[in-house]
Amino acid sequence: MDEASSCVSGAVSADVDRVHEHAVVGGCVFRARGLTKIYTMGEVEVPALRGIDLELAAGELVVLLGPSGSGKSTLLNILGGLDTPTSGEVWYLDHQLTGATEQDLTRFRREHVGFVFQFYNLIPSLTARENVAAVTEIAESPMRPEEALRMVGLGERLDHFPAQMSGGEQQRVAIARAIAKNPAVLLCDEPTGALDSQTGVVVLEALEKVNQTLGTLTVLITHNAGIADMANRVIRLSDGHIVDIRTNATKKAARELSW
Amino acid sequence: MRALDLKLFRDLWAMRGQVLAIAAVIMGGVATLVMSLSTYDSLVITRDRFYRDYRFADAFVNLKRAPESVAARLAAIPGVERVETRVRAGVKLEVEGFSDPITGLLFSLPEGAEPLLNTLHFKRGRWVQPDNADEVVVSDTFADAHRLNPGDKLSAIINGKRKALTIVGVAVSPEYVYQIAPGSMFPDFKRYGVLWMGRNALGAAYGMQGAFNNATVSLTPGTPVQDVIDRMDALLGTYGGTGAYARKDQFSNRFINEELNQLQITATIFPAIFLGVAAFLLNVVVGRLVALQREQIAILKAFGYSGLEIGGHYVKLVMLVVLLGVAGGVALGAWFGQGLSNVYMETTFRFPYLDYRLEAGVMLIALAVSAVAALSGTLFAVNRAIRLTPAEGMRAETPALYRATVFERIGLQRWLTQPTRMILRNIERRPVKSLLTVFGIACACGLMMVGNYQKGAIDFMVDVQFRQASREDLAVTFIEPTGSRALHELQAVPGIRHVEGFRDVPAILRFQHYSYRSAIYGIQPAGELHRSLNAALQPIRIPPDGVVLTDHLAREILHVKPGDLLTVEILEGSRPVRQVPVLGITKQYLGVSAYMQQDSLNALLREGNVVSGAYLGLDPGMESAVYAELHERPRVLGMIANAAAIKSFYATIGEFVLFYNMVASLLAGSIGFGVVYNSARLALSERGRELASLRVLGFTHGEIAYILLGELALLTLIAIPLGFLVGVGLCGILVLAFKNDLYRLPLIIEPSNYALGATVVVVSALVSGLLVWYRLGRLDLVAVLKTRE
Repeated sequence: MDEASSCVSGAVSADVDRVHEHAVVGGCVFRARGLTKIYTMGEVEVPALRGIDLELAAGELVVLLGPSGSGKSTLLNILGGLDTPTSGEVWYLDHQLTGATEQDLTRFRREHVGFVFQFYNLIPSLTARENVAAVTEIAESPMRPEEALRMVGLGERLDHFPAQMSGGEQQRVAIARAIAKNPAVLLCDEPTGALDSQTGVVVLEALEKVNQTLGTLTVLITHNAGIADMANRVIRLSDGHIVDIRTNATKKAARELSW
Repeated sequence: MRALDLKLFRDLWAMRGQVLAIAAVIMGGVATLVMSLSTYDSLVITRDRFYRDYRFADAFVNLKRAPESVAARLAAIPGVERVETRVRAGVKLEVEGFSDPITGLLFSLPEGAEPLLNTLHFKRGRWVQPDNADEVVVSDTFADAHRLNPGDKLSAIINGKRKALTIVGVAVSPEYVYQIAPGSMFPDFKRYGVLWMGRNALGAAYGMQGAFNNATVSLTPGTPVQDVIDRMDALLGTYGGTGAYARKDQFSNRFINEELNQLQITATIFPAIFLGVAAFLLNVVVGRLVALQREQIAILKAFGYSGLEIGGHYVKLVMLVVLLGVAGGVALGAWFGQGLSNVYMETTFRFPYLDYRLEAGVMLIALAVSAVAALSGTLFAVNRAIRLTPAEGMRAETPALYRATVFERIGLQRWLTQPTRMILRNIERRPVKSLLTVFGIACACGLMMVGNYQKGAIDFMVDVQFRQASREDLAVTFIEPTGSRALHELQAVPGIRHVEGFRDVPAILRFQHYSYRSAIYGIQPAGELHRSLNAALQPIRIPPDGVVLTDHLAREILHVKPGDLLTVEILEGSRPVRQVPVLGITKQYLGVSAYMQQDSLNALLREGNVVSGAYLGLDPGMESAVYAELHERPRVLGMIANAAAIKSFYATIGEFVLFYNMVASLLAGSIGFGVVYNSARLALSERGRELASLRVLGFTHGEIAYILLGELALLTLIAIPLGFLVGVGLCGILVLAFKNDLYRLPLIIEPSNYALGATVVVVSALVSGLLVWYRLGRLDLVAVLKTRE
């Protein structure tokens, strides 16, 4: 981990020469070098990532911005251990994810990663509390499900089933479920994609609160530029390349956002 | 091809595993239906053709002795078309190299002419030549059992005198398609044979020159058989007639009809189960398909397809599955049918040939029944497809509403992990589907048990009959009723340990308007060889001065209870008619009888201490010596050895048991697999996204498999005891359906049979589980992040 300590200052790839004015706390959580991903669809090869170098530090709130097909979901999936790159390396702390077995990746997700999906993906047969408990039961040092739900403002709806909740509420349950195991990293794929802006803001507030109080590295995918203002850093992707990394001089609070 | 039809084939291909599993269940139903009906048709056609071509008689009578001139008086009875008089002689047979006692029945053949009735079909050889005293034709079962061919020799002891005979032909008679020795329980081809020889030769040997002791008649069409029987009895009473009986009471014919009756029941019960299960499976599978294709249906409707066209589309899909199942089922059923017919031909029925027919009608019935079952199963789902409005269809389906289960509401939830709660809630949310799944699996278990039931039941019957009731090693009958001194002679034979005399007499038993032609057995009240059993299968002492009847005879045939007065019409001697009280009921699985104390029966017949035969207990190892000694005694007519009969019986049914086991395992396996695999695949389809989400959240392959397969395992576990109940119930139906005076099956199911039923269920569940486990490993984790249900 020779570069871990230099994660913040050296977080920027060589081709993007910028100085971070607001240094983000913590050491390097993810480090990727020369990541490429090529999907073979029938006889056509579709490159999704074409050489990504990236470092993500603990405690950061990072927005991955880009149009559809830019490669942001592929990148997130590789970071989350759901997909493997065609070439290149990914490190999580001192563990190399590339080349890890399916079992290792499952354990990695189980112990360190929280996921929030665009369509919530709650278990319909379990209540809010039980959806969270499903994950805390297999985690090493989780918080109590009630605590996680209170953090996202759902302390009153513990025993409701998904079918009895609104979309925004369901997504907040999903966030509670993702953070309850105290993960090192929270990966959110278009968490507001299925919500209206008012509800979306409530969900983002929950993510913001988690990021600030728990210091969880939060990576958030969106194609909605308006959301980018709440990030420490905004990484813009296009066509499988990182085209721009911007550090927000002043972060906006989630409730100030609108789109 | 129209676009919609193309979609049809692609959809079918996409769910080929399930399609095959359902088709397999339909196939099972159709196969049993086709097997049973085609075998039934074939046997009926063969039987009718054989009876017609070989002039099977319409009525039969045995008598003591009548001069040939009486034949003309028989012929004069209105409605009688033809009369054939015969000499019928019980004989002992000797085949070189075979030391066991062989009982034979020898019939006369008219000199120089074919019989008018009950003529023979020759497998080998020829008729006997006129006035050739030592030529004989033997029945094919007997010939085959001893590998006898024309030219071979055997001897018969006729009326106490040994006669050397030369076989000139091997033949089959419509009277003896099913052959069993009188007084025996099972067919034994080695120890019982029917033979035919010239009338003059047999008449001379048996003391029946110019006379007959057996007559058969055929009737002109439309003649009521009972009228003719009454007149025959009136005419032959003075000649010692023992009562004429119609074709329907003729033993071989009756046995065939009982067997055919069983086939018809098989053709009803089993296909009904299979097709019911198939209907359920199609219902859930098509229901799921419609749910998955909501959007497609909505789009098709938006394009302008009518509800009817879309409904028709799904009906077509179902019908293709049905066609697949029916086609496979007909092929399998025809194969089974031929197999079953062959087993029948080899073991039970000696038709000279078999017309195996698979009638188009049978296939149409199979198709129609399957189509109706399948469509009724899918109508609900298809109706839902038709009713969907386009706008409704394009909206996402609202998430399913769950609630806490009974288990949790009663406070058990703190011991349940979330995955376990998911399992329980999923089962409870769809109670009907879960119940039907359980029932479907239970049916597989039950079917397997039925397939194996017969063997255990027969073992039990044999045990009761031969180890508890008829415990004699050998039963001998005398040429005619004789004084009890004969018993002392037997007692003196070395190797005979114990002798119990019996008196039996043919009789018609009547109560109110019910009647039954049987025999009354006078046995020793405290006999240790031949005993009567009560309902608990404990030996009972026959009380004096009354009869004890077999339960079936008392309850189902004569409708008498202890205390009632039975009218007994003795078919021997002066044919007296007497009133006898019913004193008790005895349990018996094979045949039906009336028992009295021998003394009481002697008194009823106004005779002294007279016996018709004796039950013998032999010293171990002395069997052959006793056989040889008794064989030489002119007074001994027949000998039946139980042990040999049982052994040969098992050899005979072995093939049946094997055949049924094979069919049952195949079919039960297909139902078990069909139900479990479909449930698993449906659950996977419905919950794949949920499970993939859990995988993303860090659940292992094993942990999500627990959620899905745990549910199936739980349902399977619940299904096994229920399957035992279904099995017992189905066997119970068989017991009720196959109850007749020849035999009643006991409702006895051996532990190994339960184990077998459970094994089939567990194995098919494991196979399905493995397939689903494999599929769970290929869940697309990335897709669930992006797609909505």
